[in-house]
Parts: sequence; C-alpha cells; structure tokens
Amino acid sequence: MTGLALLAAINFHTLLFLLFAGLACGFAIGVVLADNVVRMALYLVLSLGATAGLFFLAGAEFIGAMQLMIYVGGTLVLLVFGVMLTAQAPFVSIKTSTGDRVLAGIVAASLLALLLQAAFSVDDWRRPALGEVAQPSATPLGMALLGARVDDPAAGVPATAARSGYLLPFEIVSVHLLVVLVGAAYLARAKRRRTPRAIEVAASVVEPRVARGAATGSASALVGGGSR
Amino acid sequence: MADFLIYSIGLPEWLAWTVMAGLAAFLILNVIAGGALVFIWAERKIAARIQDRLGPTRTGGRFGWLQSLADGIKLLAKEDLMPEGADGLLFRIAPYVSFCASFCAFIALPFAFDFVGQRLNVGVFFVIAVLGLEVFGVILAGYASASKWSLFGAMREAAQVVSYEVPLGMCVVVPVMLAGTMDLVTIAEKQAGWFTNWYLFHDPFTFVIFWVYVTCAVASVNRAPFDLAEAESELVAGFHTEYSGLRWSFFFMAEYGSMFLVSALAALLFLGGWNGPIPIAKLAGLSEGTSDTAHYLVRLLGLANLLGKATLGVLVMMWVRWTLPRLRIDQVMTTCLKYCTPIAALMFAGAMLWQLALPGGLVPGLSRPAGEIREGWLEGPGGRAARPVAASGKNVAQVQP
Repeated sequence: MTGLALLAAINFHTLLFLLFAGLACGFAIGVVLADNVVRMALYLVLSLGATAGLFFLAGAEFIGAMQLMIYVGGTLVLLVFGVMLTAQAPFVSIKTSTGDRVLAGIVAASLLALLLQAAFSVDDWRRPALGEVAQPSATPLGMALLGARVDDPAAGVPATAARSGYLLPFEIVSVHLLVVLVGAAYLARAKRRRTPRAIEVAASVVEPRVARGAATGSASALVGGGSR
Repeated sequence: MADFLIYSIGLPEWLAWTVMAGLAAFLILNVIAGGALVFIWAERKIAARIQDRLGPTRTGGRFGWLQSLADGIKLLAKEDLMPEGADGLLFRIAPYVSFCASFCAFIALPFAFDFVGQRLNVGVFFVIAVLGLEVFGVILAGYASASKWSLFGAMREAAQVVSYEVPLGMCVVVPVMLAGTMDLVTIAEKQAGWFTNWYLFHDPFTFVIFWVYVTCAVASVNRAPFDLAEAESELVAGFHTEYSGLRWSFFFMAEYGSMFLVSALAALLFLGGWNGPIPIAKLAGLSEGTSDTAHYLVRLLGLANLLGKATLGVLVMMWVRWTLPRLRIDQVMTTCLKYCTPIAALMFAGAMLWQLALPGGLVPGLSRPAGEIREGWLEGPGGRAARPVAASGKNVAQVQP
C-alpha cells in the first residue's frame, strides 16, 4: 500500500506536464542532432505535437488545436519538400559544419541565458490554479474577432458599440493573406507556351528560305523549349 | 463516471482518472478494430455483389462472415519484410503514425450525448486538424520504403490531402456557423427533434454543401475514386507496396477508422448526430431527466442512431468505390480547386445570407432558429450573458458507462 500512497501523492497534472515537456525537449534535440531531413521533420512534428499536448493540459483547447493545425500541419509541407529534394542519394545526409554548430550553440546559449534570467526574476511562482476557468470556450474569441467583445468584465457597457473587438486587425490580416495567396498563385501558375502546330513546323522545315523569319522563330521555340 | 469511482467506490482520484482514460481508449480501439473487421467483410460482399459475384462464402458459414478474421490471422502469420535500402526507423514507425492520428481524432468524437472520450470545446476543429495528420504516416512510408512506387503514391497523397483540406474546412464551417459553436456535442444537440431540424435540411445551401462535404471527405480519406496513392494499375500498391503483415494491416485499420470517422462527423454536423429522424424517445415519453434507466435507454438509442448513420456513410463510400472509375491526378485537382472550393465558398456565403434574411427558417416553426447561442452571448447584463444550457455541461472526461 505504500506504493499506492506514493502514487497518490504525485500530482498527475505535474507528471503529465513533465512528460509532455520532456518529449518536446527531447525531440527538439533530436531535430538538431539528426542528419536526415525527413527524420528531422518527424522529430519536429513530434516535438510540436508534444507542445500541443502542453496546451491541452493547460486547458487552452483552441490554441492546442491551432498548434496541431498550423504548426504540425505546416511541417507536413516541409516534409514533402524534404522528401522531394532528398530522394536522391547524395542529399539524404546533411552534415552540419563545425562553424555552424558553434554559431548555433552561441545563439542558443544566449537565448537560454535570457530565458533563465527572465524565469528567475519572477518573484512568486504560483501553482496553476486548477478549475479557475470553468469552461474554456472559443466563442468569445470568435466574437471578438467579429467585433463584439463578450469576455470583457467591464460591466454595464453595451456589448457592441464601445468595445469594438479586433475586427479591423482581423480584416487587415485576412486581406494581406489573400494578396499573398493571389501572388503565390500568379508566380506558380503554368506559363502558357505557344507550341507550333505540326503543319507550321513542316512548313518551316520545307521552305526555310521563303519564310526565314518565321522558321527561326518556331525553331528556336522548339529547341529552347519555350522561350517566352 | 469518474466521479462515481471516486465517491462511491472510494478510489483515489488519480486511479479513477487513469481507469477512465484507459477504458475510453480501450472502447475507441475496439470501435476502430472491430469496425475494420466488419467493414472489410462488408466491402468484400458489396464489391462482389456490384460485380455480379458472390464474394466470400465459405469461411465461417454461408455468408463468409469469418473472412476478415481469417485474413487477420493470415496477416499475423505473414513474414514481415523490410527492403534493404529502407530507412528502418521511419519504415517501422510510419504505420503507427497513421493509426495514432486516426485514433486520436476519435477521442473528441461524441457517440451519444455524453458518450465522448473528452468533450472539447473545439471538437470539430480538433477532429479536422488531427485527421489531416494521417497523411504523415503515408508520406513517411512512401519515403522510407526506398521504392519509387511508394514515393509516387506518397507524393500524390500529400498533394491531394493538403488540397482537399481547404474545401473540407469550408464545408465544416457552415454547421459551426449555424450552431454558433465548435463543440460537436452542442452542434448535434441543436439538431434534436424531427429530421427537419437537421442542418442538411436547414436551407438549400446546407443541402448542397453536404454533398461537397461528402466528396471532400471521400478524397481526404483516400477512397476510390480518389485513391491515387495506391493506384494498383500504375503504382503496384502505392505507398504500401513494400509493407506486409501486421504493419500493412495497421494502415488499413487507419483507413477504415478514418472512413468511419468522417462518416460520423457528417452525421454529427449535418444529419442530426444521435438524434433519429423521428424523436421516438420523446414521443414515447422517455426523457433524460426522468430516471437513470430512461437516461441510459435514451443514450443507447442515440448511440445506435449515430453508429447506424456512420455505418450507412461507410457503406455509401463502398458503393461509390465500386461504381466510379479512378480519377487522374489532374482531374482530382480540378475537382478540388475548380469545383469543390468555389462551390463551398458560394454555399458558405449563401448560408450566411439565408441566416440574415430568414433567421426563423422558410416555414416558421418547422425548424429551430439557429442563432440562439450567439444571441445568448450578447444579451444579458453587461454582455456576460447566461450561457446556453446545452453548452454548460461539465468539461470533464466523460466516457461510456
């Protein structure tokens, strides 16, 4: 029974926190140490997934799901590019040079020092207050993005008029993203090439002297594979 | 249930939660594995009947209903091969990645009012986000197999799944907009009553967008006519060419689990969830508040309803698979980008305008007005309104009893 009592003394919340945090850190180190792009991507996914677990543990369900959707899903595209670029043998293994390692170490160490300093400068760490937020809900967030703050504790103010929420920043960001999307589609679209029809090619071959200009034009289009 | 363990039996809190989590995981695992057994048998029979054959007839009696079990034993006994040039770690881990993604999405899926692994406030979003991760396993498998068939299949699947997430997300947003919440339990609860309350029949736009959802769901779980990742006429077996034995069967459990999942999601979002077309329980005078027995009877009826609807969805997917020919990759992309996405966007705008123009529905009183939750947030003293009843359930792990 002492074992059971010992287990009962463990705060499960802390245990799960340590588990997820350990997984996130461990796989993050894996990303740094691995030398295969696809394995790096896998470790990155696992590390980000463990971070999502931390968010769920903290009751921030919306951010947790967002983490899964954006970061883990975004790494998917990274993975696809990794696979496409390294499917040939010479690129499978990527070695980091010593200089890069030293530079990265310096940057990481200074960031760590900064974070540690910030962490130790906090006077009073409070334990996470369990159950303080009764029902985590994404509805106030959505309402605020649509221009109505329903989460503001300032009582007595009409819900719509004075407190306008985040409608304007939201719209600006979405229009910005739309522009980016249109630009990406423009850059990536297949450029239309005029392929000379067979009869034109034949004509240009048979009568090179008669239609010299047209012949050189279509011949260069053939050889160059679409000079635009 | 966890409260019952803590207060009635006197288990310590941590043990009660662990037991409940284990029980939920066990039940979900059984839904996936048992479902896969049944659905594989059903798929064989349906495929056979559509092709004017008989299908399995000998294993386990007249209808061959033990065929899946025999297949399972065969797969267990099969030699587990790994190609020589394969990346061992990734090759081994890939099937489990696929399976875990499928499994995790089930955690937030309610089977009846409080039969849910973990009720999440962002349930729909979570399910869609996790479902998109299944393709990870496929890409890893395609890469690690060191085979060009596998790599081609995985690349096709990646392109397809990433593209189809866009229209799929748009389709899912419409019921979320009508219900005013992303909580799957609340969304289904708001469609209670006669089938006219279902979001499928809410307005013409939701009716159209349901079919767009069906198309995108079939594409996102890689079923024919969208099964380019394993096109056997061109790519041998696509991403799982090099797999055999138990690992291969994990991919298939993930596939059948995802099929069931998107069908259940369709049922929850558009087809009233666990509310049957006719509110039998209510007509019979059984309401959830009367007694514990009635409470569980209503829940079990709801469970049967949801499982029935989801199974129907899976059967429709099989019917589609054995009826339509496979699309080419450019046709797949055309369907997504030129048809599904614009139609979904138009229907989304239409459903929004319909809500503005006819907030009470076409025939007043026939269907329930959708905007209750949103108004509930805005009214009341100081903008902090009384929360709607359906959303105020306890946000703790509630599992099947």
